[in-house]
Parts: sequence; structure tokens; C-alpha cells
Amino acid sequence: MKTGEKERTVKTTGKQKATKKAAERKAHPTTEKEEYFQLRLYVAGQTPKSLAAFANLKRICEEHLKHRYTIEVIDLLKNPTLSKGDQILAIPTLVRKLPVPVRKIIGDLSNTERVLVGLDIVPRK
Amino acid sequence: MYIGAIFSNDIFCGRFTIAKAEMTGSPGPSLLKTPSGIQGLDEITGGGLPQGRPTLVCGSAGCGKTLLAMEFLVRGAKDYNEPGVFMAFEENAEELTENVASLGFDLVTLQKRKKIVIDYVYIERSEIEETGEYDLEGLFIRLDHAIKTIGAKRVVLDTIESLFSGLPNHNILRAELRRLFRWLKDQGVTAIITAERGEGTLTRHGLEEYVADCVIMLDHRVTEQVSTRRLRVVKYRGSTHGTNEYPFLIDKGGFSVLPITSVGLDAEASDDRVPTGIPRLDTMLEGKGYYKGSTILVSGTARTGKTSFAAHLADETCRRGEKCLYMASEEPMNQVIRNARSIGLNLAQWVKKGLLHFNAVRPTYSGLEMHLANTHRLLREISPSVVVVDPISNLISIGSMNEVKAMLMRLIDILKGRSITTLCTSLTHGGSDMEHTEVGVSSLMDTWLLLRDIEYNGERTRVLYVLKSRGMAHSNQIREFLITDRGIDLMDVYAGEGIVLTGASRKSQELKEEAEAAARREELERLKRELERKRKVMEARINEIRVEFEMAEEDLKKAILNREMKEKILLADRAAIGELRKADVPPTGEK
Repeated sequence: MKTGEKERTVKTTGKQKATKKAAERKAHPTTEKEEYFQLRLYVAGQTPKSLAAFANLKRICEEHLKHRYTIEVIDLLKNPTLSKGDQILAIPTLVRKLPVPVRKIIGDLSNTERVLVGLDIVPRK
Repeated sequence: MYIGAIFSNDIFCGRFTIAKAEMTGSPGPSLLKTPSGIQGLDEITGGGLPQGRPTLVCGSAGCGKTLLAMEFLVRGAKDYNEPGVFMAFEENAEELTENVASLGFDLVTLQKRKKIVIDYVYIERSEIEETGEYDLEGLFIRLDHAIKTIGAKRVVLDTIESLFSGLPNHNILRAELRRLFRWLKDQGVTAIITAERGEGTLTRHGLEEYVADCVIMLDHRVTEQVSTRRLRVVKYRGSTHGTNEYPFLIDKGGFSVLPITSVGLDAEASDDRVPTGIPRLDTMLEGKGYYKGSTILVSGTARTGKTSFAAHLADETCRRGEKCLYMASEEPMNQVIRNARSIGLNLAQWVKKGLLHFNAVRPTYSGLEMHLANTHRLLREISPSVVVVDPISNLISIGSMNEVKAMLMRLIDILKGRSITTLCTSLTHGGSDMEHTEVGVSSLMDTWLLLRDIEYNGERTRVLYVLKSRGMAHSNQIREFLITDRGIDLMDVYAGEGIVLTGASRKSQELKEEAEAAARREELERLKRELERKRKVMEARINEIRVEFEMAEEDLKKAILNREMKEKILLADRAAIGELRKADVPPTGEK
């Protein structure tokens, strides 16, 4: 039951990923500097903070990383063992798995500018 | 006065009934305690840590917080069947496993048997960006998951304060920590939370505000280059506890805290005796030796044979098949054994048989309290019937007079409490008052043998006397003793002319006495002979007088006979004449 729900969440993003990936490749076949972002959002149940974080992330990605990102949402309430791998303490936490190095952004992602800095989309000042 | 007395009596009665009511009334549920399993800590806290509540363990770096917490978990898992979760914020599981392996804790096996879960929480500030609201639900979920996996009853958070450096928003962190500690209480787990000590506060980030049930402080102090670990229960809500600083020890057996200051004077006094190993010294002590469980001080200047006395006791104890612990702080074991061999004592055989144990360390190796802790551990391991501390005066090098005295007092109390006969040697420096020990512990001692080096007539000799021996009629004589290749030999008491002589002068005095005695014997003979002579003279004279008398008697008897004859003749003559004259014969009466 729990895993099923989680898988569904991942699947939806997976579909988005697949379509976006294909579209991106067609549009920019040989862009080297345009890196591909693999993002993971850790939440614990459907809390307002988690929902806000997901909405904010989605918006930012659509604006800045169109067609070159995937978002995987992991609900720790359903899968507590997954918290160890990425050393999750705070909820919500966004982890940039790719490109390396790994970066973590904690909070509901309401400060767009800091999210962009944190993801290295905008260079640090 | 009288009214006053009644009045106060009334008050007294009133109070009394109230007190009685309180006592008989049903008491509330008393605080449940979880035994920590740590040697000594449960004694101080009266049973352990508050059950189902968090306890704060604070202290500066390197004072043993993590080890205390880890032992709490390991003992729980092993001895009390309470699985535990160790949430580490500073070291990862491999490092922790390696670190505590030296204490004999096998974390790998315990983890395999699902008794302990180690969860390493890593947080790196440079990797983290903060954007907006968040909470630490992730931590809660991890902890909850770990607790549920093994059904944990004990939890350790070591050191949760490192979150303060990892997470920039301290307001959120504080709120979350408060929630965490409350959550831990709700889970009903007994928890230890470790924290670094801060400047002027118990913890650097004021965790004591949130964890208020029980606070234990660890300390690692260095005084005069010697370090001592100490533990203190700062507070324990709802329970009495020992308030002193207790020294503790971390060694291969784990953690051990010593509640030694709480030792009372309730040791049993035994009537049994322990031979000293020197027969003629036994004679000085009512012919039986020391009391079992008593404390013996052998003090003296250098070269007076203190260690030899100790070696004799050790030898004698092992000969009876009992165990002896020899704590040497001046000489290494082999040296003590070699020196004992030179006076004819084979201590090596007892070491081989496992009866004699040596603990030879310099006093500066550790602090006084650590020595005490160490001794305590040795006593537990070996359980000897005799302990030799050679010497105690050496301890002064690592503490002040008061500290050393307090430590010795506690040491003696521990030993007495276990009915262990203890012999301490103490070096008295030349020139100082002999009847005064360097560390001022003479009043703690039951028997005090004073050894002296007497310089007289161009030589030095050793003498011994029993300065005191509680509870026995001991000899008051000063005795000379020789250290020979057959051990210590006490010489005869020299009791003439009101002086004590030793060594060569004793010998010469003895020769002189012998000569004098011979002269006296001759004089006596002479007197006897003279008496005899006098008697003979007297008898001769008596004979002479008798002869004279006999001669006189003979003469006189002859004269008397002669006179009588003459008288008879005269009468006869007169009668004859009367007849002749025909005169009438008058009656004889008128004649």
C-alpha cells in the first residue's frame, strides 16, 4: 500500500521526465553546459510545508530547468529507511543528486532566489 | 514556664500527627529507575537513571560522555535485555565500534543480534541551503524507525548539539529539540543525551533547559600534570542522589564510578589474627600477630627495612594459601622479588601460583582518585585477604596533604569494609619527628610499627617498637632486629642497667655482663667458704671449751669425793671418842 503510493508518485514524475528528456534532446541535441538535474524531495506526509515545497519546486523547475529535470518525491512516513541514504533530518529537504556535487536545500523552498543559488542554477554572489 | 511547656507540647503533638498521617497515607507512585549497569553509578543515583525520561550527560571534550552512553546501551542490551538505539552525530558506526572494542564491547555481534542499532547522522553545513520553513521530522522518523525495529527501551543521542553547527536557524532547532525530548518521553524510552560543556553553563547551547529530569556532569581535571576523571549528579528530579564528585575510571572493564565518600564506619571487627611472618614479632603482639582486617603502618627512615616487613607479611599470607595484593609505587615487581630473595623470601613462587599479585605503578601515573579507582577494581578482580601499599608517603607527590589523607582514609575504609588486612609503609625523612607520618595518617592506623636507625658508638643499628596496637596488650619494648639472609630476626630484650644497647655495644655489654656475673659467682663462693671456715673455727673452739670443762669437772668431782670421805671419817672418829668417854648420845637432830 505504502510502496504502491510512493511508486505512483515517482512514476508520474518519471513520465514527465521521459517526455521532457526527449523534447529537450530534440531541441538542444548537443548542449554540454545545459546539465541535467535529478532532484529528490523528501517529505513526511501531506503537511502544508511539504505541499508548499513541492509546489514551489515545481514552479521553479518549470521556469528555469524546463525539460531537463526529474523530481522524485519520497514520503519518509511510508518509507522511513530511505532517510539514511541522503542523511535527511529536516523536512522538507530537497536533494540535488545530479549534477554532482550533491546539494541539499531544506525548508519549504519559498525563497526562490536562495533555491536557485542552492541548486547552482544562479551563481553565488 | 509551665504554660509554655504545655503549649510547645501541643504543637509537638500536632506536628507529630501530621507527620504520621503523611507517612501512613498512600504515597504517590515513586519514580521508576532504569539501572544503567555502570559500576557505581547506580549506587550514586539510588538505582539508576529515571525510567522513560531523558538524562543529560554533559562535559568537556574527551571526558568520556560517549563511553558512558555506550556502556549504558551495551549493559542494557546484555544484562537487562533492553535493546537500545545509538544515534551518533559525531562518529560513524565503524569508528564507534572500533573505539569501544577496547572496552570489551562487541557492537558487531550486538547489532547482528538486533540488540543495538547504531544510526549515524551526518550533517554538513556547507552542503545545506536554507529556504523557508522546515522541521526535523526526518530525525524523528529515523529515530522512531530505529526504536521500532528492535523494540528499543534505551536511546542515546550523542552529541545532538552538533546540529547547532549544521543547521543555521537556531530558533527552529530549539523548538524542534524541545519537541524531540517531549517525544522521547512519550515513547517511554530511557534516553541519554550528551552535550558539550559551555562557558559558565552546563552545556554550550543550554540543553539543560529542555532536559531537566536528570543531569550528570563529567569532568576531566588536570592538577599538577595529573589528570582525574570525576562524575557528579547535578540534579535528579524526584530522587535523592549522592551530590559529591565521584572519581571514575575508564579501562578495559568499561566505566566504573566510585561512590567511596559514602563509605561509613560499619566494618566488622574481627577477633581473628594474621601472623606477621616474623615469629618474634608475633610474640610482641600477644603472640598472635595483627588483627584480621586491621590497618598496619610501618614507618621509618630510609634503610630501616620497611619493605622487608611488608615482604614477610606477603610471604606468610601466601604460605597460608591466601591472596595478597602488593601495590608497589617505588620499585618494579622484579626488584621487590629480588630484594626479598636476598633476605630468604621466595616471592616468585607465589606470583607463579597466582597468590601474589603485584601492581607496580608510579604514583604520578594517574591522579589520586584514579589510584583509588584502580585499587577498587583490583580488589574486585583479585579479592585478596592482605594488601600491601609500599609506600604511602610517595603519594604526596601527586596531591596536597589533605587530598592524600582523604584518599587514604577512603582507601582504608574500602579495605576495612572488605575485612582486608592492610600494611602500609611510610617513609619518614631523617630529621623530622619520628612519631609523625609524612601524610598524617597515623590516627587511621590500628597498629603502628616504628622502625628506627640508631647511630651510636660508630655504627648504625635497626630497632623496632610497637608504637601502638589497638585492642591488644602489645609489648612496650624497643627491640633490635637484624636483617639476615634468613629474614628479619628480632634480638633478645636487653634489660639491664636501665639502658638499651644495640649492635656491637650490646655485644660488648653482654660480654661485660658475663664477666661481672662470673666475678659475682666467685665472690659468692668465697663468702660461702668463709662461712664454712668460721663454722669450723667455732666448732674447734667449742671442742676446746668442752675439753677444758671436762677437765675441770673431773678435778672438781675428785675434790667433792675427797671432802665427803673426810667428813665421814671425821664423824666416825667423833663417835669412837664418845664411846670411849661413855657419853650419852644426843639425838641426831640436836647435834
